[in-house]
Amino acid sequence: MISGDETAVIAVDGAEKSFGAVRALDGVSFSVRPHECVGLVGHNGAGKSTLVNLITGGLAPDSGSVLVSGMAEGEKFSIAGARAHGVRCVFQELSLCPNLTVEENTRITHPALKGLGWRRRARALIAGKLDAIFPGHGIDCTRMIGDLSIAERQMVEIATAFSESDTRVRLVILDEPTSSLDAGLAAQLLGYVRKFVSEGGAVVIISHILGEILSTADRVVVMKDGRVVSERRAAEFTVETLVGAMGSVVRARDARAPSAAAGEIVLTRKAPAGSGGIDFVARRGELVGLAGLGGHGQTRMLVGLFNAGGGDWVSPKDPRIAFVAGDRHVDGNLPLWSILRNMTISLLPDLTRRGLVDTRAEAEIAARWRERIEVRTKDMANPILSLSGGNQQKVLFARALATRAPVVLMDDPMRGVDIGTKQEVYAMLREEAAKGRTFVWYSTEMDEICQCDRVYVFREGRIVAELAGAEVSEERILSASFAEAAA
Amino acid sequence: MRGFLSADRIRMLVPAASLTVLLIAVFWLQPRAMSYTGLNLLFNLAVPIALATIAQMLIMMVNDLDLSIGTFVSFVACVTATFLQTDPVIGVLILAGCIGVYAGMGVIIHLRNLPSIVVTLGMSFVWGGLAVLILPSPGGTAPDWVRWLMTSRPPLVPMAIVASVLIAVVGHLIVMRSSFGVVLRGVGGNERSVARAGWSIVRARAAAYALAGLFAVLAGICLVGLTTSADANIATRYTLLAIAGVILGGGEFTGGRVSPIGAVIGALTLTLAGSFLSFLRISPDWQIGAQGAILILVLALRLLLNRREQAEQAK
Repeated sequence: MISGDETAVIAVDGAEKSFGAVRALDGVSFSVRPHECVGLVGHNGAGKSTLVNLITGGLAPDSGSVLVSGMAEGEKFSIAGARAHGVRCVFQELSLCPNLTVEENTRITHPALKGLGWRRRARALIAGKLDAIFPGHGIDCTRMIGDLSIAERQMVEIATAFSESDTRVRLVILDEPTSSLDAGLAAQLLGYVRKFVSEGGAVVIISHILGEILSTADRVVVMKDGRVVSERRAAEFTVETLVGAMGSVVRARDARAPSAAAGEIVLTRKAPAGSGGIDFVARRGELVGLAGLGGHGQTRMLVGLFNAGGGDWVSPKDPRIAFVAGDRHVDGNLPLWSILRNMTISLLPDLTRRGLVDTRAEAEIAARWRERIEVRTKDMANPILSLSGGNQQKVLFARALATRAPVVLMDDPMRGVDIGTKQEVYAMLREEAAKGRTFVWYSTEMDEICQCDRVYVFREGRIVAELAGAEVSEERILSASFAEAAA
Repeated sequence: MRGFLSADRIRMLVPAASLTVLLIAVFWLQPRAMSYTGLNLLFNLAVPIALATIAQMLIMMVNDLDLSIGTFVSFVACVTATFLQTDPVIGVLILAGCIGVYAGMGVIIHLRNLPSIVVTLGMSFVWGGLAVLILPSPGGTAPDWVRWLMTSRPPLVPMAIVASVLIAVVGHLIVMRSSFGVVLRGVGGNERSVARAGWSIVRARAAAYALAGLFAVLAGICLVGLTTSADANIATRYTLLAIAGVILGGGEFTGGRVSPIGAVIGALTLTLAGSFLSFLRISPDWQIGAQGAILILVLALRLLLNRREQAEQAK
């Protein structure tokens, strides 16, 4: 362990953070000094994003401390405070205002740019930085962000983070900075990072391209399950040892005979021509897992499958596909409705008689499923929000499973669900699969992926690996999720 | 190609083109309108509508909607025709207080995370009630200086045109050019990133609302200057006209995409559409429907052009 000394730009000490049942950070110590570039790697749920949010002041730790050098004793650490002390972050999701021009966005990040001629000064600032990082970028700073390509937006975002007006930039966190840049631009960026570091700056880089991390970082910190599991000089790692460090001790996977492997094909989706991806196929009675780092095209695949199978204007008489939403607050719950109604909404076509809902049949079905999935409530007429998160999620499962749809798509539905509920759901899924239902399951959690008969691993929007039966292992999935070098 | 016809240019081009087409049609139907007096008569009533449209645009800029603009302008008109005329000090104080109420509305909507539609709908009844209390029956008198301002005859170009241009330019300077306007538009575009950069969103929203209140107050004063007296329901239709004007002028309900110049053009187009239909001798019963048809036509045109643009970008 390399200890944080006095001069560290930022020092996180023994930080813990929980979100409900999920322990996102479990006693993490992490520091970055000037003249240093630190690579931060880990699979989904390792705690990288939470750690970044602590450093940028977006979240406060439940216990432990976050110290930025130069911060006064007892000063409350916040987003504004982090910025004032020169901590900048390029977030994974683009965080520019699409309705403003490049120079106007620069104005948003630099409150000092005001008064007469601010536009000219903003343009000089951002164009100068763009020229320094990406020579020959060809971006017109009077254009609106919404009109730029994704790569151009990312370049602007990076240049904005490195640009300085009233405060010096001391630490820049780059979260997947090269995800939309081509190899040439990525090389320009990494070259600039080295230059910035050699001039006394500090950088934290998070990337799924391990080659980038190894070539750019001085030190690599590996996280897993909310802890730092390995921390060494970059030169001591290779891509293989890094992947090894991210995985846990090889866990014995319950041997599972591929159930009904010869089942007929119920869903297919061809990889776009020329992408070099693998075609997607799902058979009857199969549990198909979609793995890989979050945001690499899994949800898009599920939505594509759903739209291809559902009706456009008129819903088909026999439902073909049911969907279990991941973010239940956004596209799962009907927050003002009762548990019963939340459960039966997708069944209403079957429960309708002469245009009216057959309430007795509705109550019967709800009672049956309540027993089956053990929703912990006294009364199904209670509002859905009276349930715990795990139980809400179970209701959403029941909503999908109670339909006659032969295919169920699941968009990482068990984020933040306790382990007991998970075990119940796994058993239920197995049982349903044995009856001939097909499940397509996107999950960011390794345990869940290891429940599947067959797994597709996604990277950069396409399927890069297919693993079946005994091949499904954490190690294989990790090495497929992380690229050795930029594609 | 993309250099010239960007989505933004189209946004500006469609409203300007529709105003021009409508103007040509009016001149063709009624050549006498092509004069100093004719133009003044055509666009006179557009001035308060343009101010109200700018006010609505400022609210829409921060992703909200104001359903109380119409009754608020009516209330201001009643204050202008009574207090501002008899006791100017009290009148000014009332109007300044109104702007403060608008800022407070912005604060409450933001802090309590309330839908702006609900809050402003409620406020519309408050303004309406207050207006009736002040002027139970139509009456009052416009202050002389207001009357003088609205009926003055500058050389060459009629007052209505001068005022419209002035409103557009001032709106453009505040919203599109100033560094302050950038932050306000940023709130509409991506509130989180503005907050992350260390700005106070409450303050920004309060500022947008206060500015909207100011423009709405000006709308009420101008309206009384034209009509010489007020009535509690004098401007109730402004609420929907102002929303239509913003949209017609290239603005959008969400995303902080607004254009003050476009909004003024939108207001002028809506006013002109009314005159155009009268010149066509369409009975007043059908006019509102016909006005709606014009609105749908222009919006359909914009949608079509935007789609083409998107298809080109995807290539």
